[in-house]
Amino acid sequence: MKKVPVQMTVNGEERAEFVDSGTTLLKFLRDKIGDLTPKAGCLQGTCGTCTVLVDGEPRLACITLVEDCRDGTIETIAGLSADGKLHPLQQALLDHFAAQCGFCTPGMLMAAKALLDANPHPDRADVEDALSGNICRCTGYEPIIRAVLSVSSSDACRDTAERGAV
Amino acid sequence: MTIAYQTFSDPQAASRFLAERREARLLGGGTILVRRVNEGDISIGTYVRLLGPELRQIDVADDMVRLGAGVTMSTIAKAPALAFLAPVARSIGGPAVRSAATVGGNLFARSPHGDFGVALLVLDAVVSLESLEGFRELDLQTFFKSRTQLARGSIVTAVRFRRPMPDDFRFVKISRVKPNGAAVLSIAAVVSRTEGRVSAARVAFGAMAKTPVRAHALEAALTGAALTPHEIERAVASAVLDTSPSSDAIASEWYRKAVLPVHLRRLLWT
Amino acid sequence: MEIRKSYFADERHDDLKEIGQSRQRSDTAGHVRGITPFYADRRIPGLLHLRMVRSPHHHARILRIDTSAAERHPGVKRIIVAKDVPHNVYTMLSLINFGPEDEPVLAFDKVRWLGEPVVAIVADSERGAYEAAALVRVDYEELPAVFDVEDALKPGAPLVNEYHGQNYFRYDSGASRKVKLGDVEAGFQRADYILEQRYDSSPIEHAPTETTGCIAVPDQNNRLICYTPTQAIFFTLDHASIILDIPGQRLHLIGGTAGGAFGGKVDSTVEPITLLAAMLTGRPVAFIYSRYEEMQISSARAAERIYIKDGLTKDGQIVARQVRCYMDSGAYSRLSPYGAQKTAGHFPGPYTIPNVEIDCYCVYTNRTPSSSMRGFGITIADFALEVQMDKLARIIGMDPLEFRFINAYRDGDMKAHRQLTEGAALIECMQETSVWANWPIESRFLKMSSRQKRA
Repeated sequence: MKKVPVQMTVNGEERAEFVDSGTTLLKFLRDKIGDLTPKAGCLQGTCGTCTVLVDGEPRLACITLVEDCRDGTIETIAGLSADGKLHPLQQALLDHFAAQCGFCTPGMLMAAKALLDANPHPDRADVEDALSGNICRCTGYEPIIRAVLSVSSSDACRDTAERGAV
Repeated sequence: MTIAYQTFSDPQAASRFLAERREARLLGGGTILVRRVNEGDISIGTYVRLLGPELRQIDVADDMVRLGAGVTMSTIAKAPALAFLAPVARSIGGPAVRSAATVGGNLFARSPHGDFGVALLVLDAVVSLESLEGFRELDLQTFFKSRTQLARGSIVTAVRFRRPMPDDFRFVKISRVKPNGAAVLSIAAVVSRTEGRVSAARVAFGAMAKTPVRAHALEAALTGAALTPHEIERAVASAVLDTSPSSDAIASEWYRKAVLPVHLRRLLWT
Repeated sequence: MEIRKSYFADERHDDLKEIGQSRQRSDTAGHVRGITPFYADRRIPGLLHLRMVRSPHHHARILRIDTSAAERHPGVKRIIVAKDVPHNVYTMLSLINFGPEDEPVLAFDKVRWLGEPVVAIVADSERGAYEAAALVRVDYEELPAVFDVEDALKPGAPLVNEYHGQNYFRYDSGASRKVKLGDVEAGFQRADYILEQRYDSSPIEHAPTETTGCIAVPDQNNRLICYTPTQAIFFTLDHASIILDIPGQRLHLIGGTAGGAFGGKVDSTVEPITLLAAMLTGRPVAFIYSRYEEMQISSARAAERIYIKDGLTKDGQIVARQVRCYMDSGAYSRLSPYGAQKTAGHFPGPYTIPNVEIDCYCVYTNRTPSSSMRGFGITIADFALEVQMDKLARIIGMDPLEFRFINAYRDGDMKAHRQLTEGAALIECMQETSVWANWPIESRFLKMSSRQKRA
């Protein structure tokens, strides 16, 4: 079967690749681009570990076709730490002990980023809703929610909104 | 061994393709179809993507609303003209699911999912269907009853309904996982009141049968009833009659039947 | 965090430098940047994919396995059946001299649980592996199955595993792991109240966010690399080397990182077969459980059924405790004989009881083999024990916390399994808890000490 061309921006970089048709965005990012940060926790679209941003919206890469993302803007956590400095959300998760095994962390960060890009001052209910599609089996969610809220109430959220506008 | 991806701008052409190829399936948000492929469903061989702006359009003219089948839950949640439906759209999964899940796709979701369809049912929505027989419209009740018997190649392209009076529409989705877990049950209601009595009532349940269903016995009992706790209680007693819930990982049949009257009472009494 | 230095003050050296301090985990910086290398975070050219054909029946004889159609699938590189496995025996417990070797890596004559692995398909794509798996034909003769631990022990119950000859693991003490102290019947005679209750738990799945799996890669010098999330990497290495019949130094396991495990990544059921696939094809092979496999196939915590019969005096002393515990090991042993043994040692709980009789059975049923999870053998037993303690307290109208003080073990007390209690601190923990939980108790309990035997 012939491969098909796809072109899109991934973390600010123009990418053009040939893929098998029917390839998911997750497989494309991990196998073609080499970005291993989105994870394959369930391949059902229920755990959220594959959460990435497509044109600013949170999407589940495991059930999204890369062919539906042509000319799109894709963001993963690999693009979050510009010039080696941690994004405020990453720093907040670190400071709040909001990661144990770390498998849900990339998805949580992208879901949180999607929230803060759209709403720099979310309340707790907003944060809970934003993370409601991301499963964590280790932390019990509370440290993660507190970490995201800490960014929402700090000045760092302004930087977040500015960085978010890719 | 790869899965083909075929796009169409013409619904008729897409319909013909789907009818002719057993391995072709219409793709919405992917929450159902791509999941099945990921899990090893080898009967799916081609994704069919229907293009066209009307599929993703929301049209509001006077009080008539038309939603393209490709409109996503996140779009509905943000549409000012559909503010009354925002709570329904926001209850469908987390934000990433809502970015993908479509109006059309939700009509085919299996119980206990499909809560947007519950709201559409109570709004007396009409479905636009494209098939080899051409274009036709079908009321949503009949659609749900015949959902598994639709002709091969049938495509839902839009739904339309009349916007209810602002205070008449109510919706609740009961989940064990909060927020946004799958439904124990959901209830959508359009209840019109005149001088302390119910002048008209439409009620639909989700996760209480194989598809969203209207609660006809309850509607009859509610019509003309005074809005007192006693009369609501009397009407609600008939609610379980139109239901046949399943037991699944979310809740048992017994539990769903036991709590339906409780949540109904609370919904009607606000 | 505060440390209560007034308790056991004479034993303290007050030299704690780390405990009580807030310290960052060593791996969190990697987690928040997404650079933590989970086992599947590898880009390996030429990677093959393994998918398992599994039993659709709870209990059945295998009459015939026909892989000819599957072998003709263009994507298939190799198909593995039981006779291809050098030493087709699951060996985890024998590594600690526990035995038994009652489970095959791939089934050959019988399947004993729904989902048991029968044929491994190795193909150049996931999709190809699924397609080829669907082409495998296995003829089964279904057999009656048993799903309940007590039903499995009744005469005439279907025999789950011929290896054992009966539906329980035979300890040197017989059908159960036994603990006996004093004479429970005499104890029941002098008791004022008798309480007998039954406690049941279901199998509990760990459901880690990362599914079980591994990637095996042929390396230079005739070695094999395996990227694995196993919690027991040295067990996994020894276990794989025995099954593959190769010296351990040919294996290089890279792990120590799991996306959640909770006891569910100890069994090492995926590594040996994946390493074998890499050996037989000369290519890297990935075997990654789907979410369905993680839920249904990977081991869960054993379901347990616990009967506790207690004799209680009016003044709140438990004078006799008799426990019968049945652990549902599923179709094979895995770690359950060890788990049931732990349970036997854990009963009757942290209480001094003069007459104790414990029987813990490791029972085989036609269910998914169970295994370790978060304190297996202990956690469910504690649920049963502590609910029982609350019920006993209620019978005599005593506060449930005070009731536990009366029965708490103290230094020098003989435990049911003939070990003297030492270093007991239950009384002190309960005293501190009563303060912090604002659960007032009589002052005589606040004066008690683990170092003083009961009056």
